[in-house]
Amino acid sequence: MGAFVTSPTDAAIAARGLTKTYPKGVRALDGLSFAVPAGTLFALLGPNGAGKSTTVKILTTLTRADSGEALVAGHDVRREPDAVRRAIGVVGQKNSGGVSDTGRENLALQGRMYGLRGAELKARVDELLARFDLWDAANRVVRGYSGGMHRRLDIAMGLVHRPRVLFLDEPTTGLDPEVRAEMWEEISALRDDGVTILLTTHYLEEADRLANQVAIVDRGRIVAAGTPNELKGELRGDAVQIELAEPPRDGEVRKALADLDGVGEVVLGERSLRARADDGAAAVPVMLAALEGQGVRVASVMVSRPSLDDVYLRHTGRSFHDVDAQGGAS
Amino acid sequence: MTAITHSAYHTVRQIRALLRQPVFVAITLIQPFIWLLLFGALFKRVVDIPGFHAASYVDYLAPGIVVMTGFFAGGWNGVAILNDMERGTLDRFLVTPARRIALIAGPLGYQAVATVLQSLIILGVGYGLGARYSGPAGIVVFLIAVVLLCSALAALSNAIALLVRQEESLIGFVQFTALPLTFLSTALMPANLVPHWVATIARYNPVNWAIEVGRTALGRDQDWGVIGTRLLFLLAFAAALTWAALAAFRSYQRSA
Repeated sequence: MGAFVTSPTDAAIAARGLTKTYPKGVRALDGLSFAVPAGTLFALLGPNGAGKSTTVKILTTLTRADSGEALVAGHDVRREPDAVRRAIGVVGQKNSGGVSDTGRENLALQGRMYGLRGAELKARVDELLARFDLWDAANRVVRGYSGGMHRRLDIAMGLVHRPRVLFLDEPTTGLDPEVRAEMWEEISALRDDGVTILLTTHYLEEADRLANQVAIVDRGRIVAAGTPNELKGELRGDAVQIELAEPPRDGEVRKALADLDGVGEVVLGERSLRARADDGAAAVPVMLAALEGQGVRVASVMVSRPSLDDVYLRHTGRSFHDVDAQGGAS
Repeated sequence: MTAITHSAYHTVRQIRALLRQPVFVAITLIQPFIWLLLFGALFKRVVDIPGFHAASYVDYLAPGIVVMTGFFAGGWNGVAILNDMERGTLDRFLVTPARRIALIAGPLGYQAVATVLQSLIILGVGYGLGARYSGPAGIVVFLIAVVLLCSALAALSNAIALLVRQEESLIGFVQFTALPLTFLSTALMPANLVPHWVATIARYNPVNWAIEVGRTALGRDQDWGVIGTRLLFLLAFAAALTWAALAAFRSYQRSA
């Protein structure tokens, strides 16, 4: 416990060694640890089933870890759940506004849960309705709200008591691109206001764009953490992806690329290959010539700067999109 | 005190939701009206059977229809928490410092208010069709019995919703209990005219306790012994099921 208490005092969220196994024997968390400095946006990035939602449930007092400790806003989630609840706001994946209530009624009820009353409550509700562009729809029943309005109402409800720490649990999952872009703007604005935010997402682009710090979660553990640029910087050079015209014969691709300078980490797919190159643009003609020399016909070539997808691949040995396509609900 | 205030928020929220569904309100009101009218007409002559002591069948029937309608309404109460669970609304409440007990007590409060109004309307319709009641005191005592039964059912309905988390199971539960328990009571026929085994079951049937309170309290000769014991039974029944609902709520939180 000692080291944990003396962990950086500016950490708004600190989790250490969290484990959780669900009744059917599914191990959701397997010793997960991280710390979020106050005033930053921290993204937990991982596919469905990686343990992100379970982590948020533990940190927001909805469930308990089997072992491990967590402090949120300086309070222990297990021993002082009420203090944690007063300090946090939570926006989940679902549109949680009561559908038979108006936007204003939803916000007012949410405020009352935190003890806001009378003129203070009304002022805060008005302020949020205006800020999240819900003023004109304030007295309409939420059932008729558009997807974007629903999401804005959810954020507004999460902020009604001016929380110090905000949890955004997959807030853009399933949204169409337009609404997602709108959400990203709102989240950036909150980050710039200095609210500490824990964002979970399975969109690489979302973490890359919004987060100060990213932690990649895989099978209930954190496998890599840092700023998006640090994580990408760990990777050597550019990613070269080559689609082949036909499945290659055994060994010929490896033979072709084995001795090329500045080309490494070759991963072979059925009709494609990925590799890392110190300088992608310079490596492509050399690689193509070498493949041609072995009689391998190439259909297309793509060179890209390192992405979080590459980071994920490197740390888990699996492509992010493959895992996500198979992943169940977390 | 905070718990009561927080419960009231949820009670008000559900009443507001009800008032915003006028079609639902209309259906809920028309249904007992049809029961009264239909059964009243169909079984009009049964009062002629020797041993059936009643001025008219509608007069006999009214308390039973009030209780049966309250039973149904209470049984459906869990649908609200089920919807809140599916939409993530329940979790949104649970991450606030709001009092937990309000999430069960609020819906029970709503059910009490709704049932009192609905019962008064049915009694009014019954009066229009020829039923006669002892007076305001008798009606109040009867309403207490109906509210107790209905709260018990609402608590059970919430418990099932929290444990099973399927609307189909809840519908099944209400359908498979409401009518049998009504037929296994003195709602439609007095105990001395039904088979012995039915009368025996009726004695342990909470639906029948509420009907007995109604028939006695609304009748000419009020037997306070019957009224008192049945009200106590109903109170115990409601308390036990409310405890079960709170236990189900804790279990829901543990399994989250």
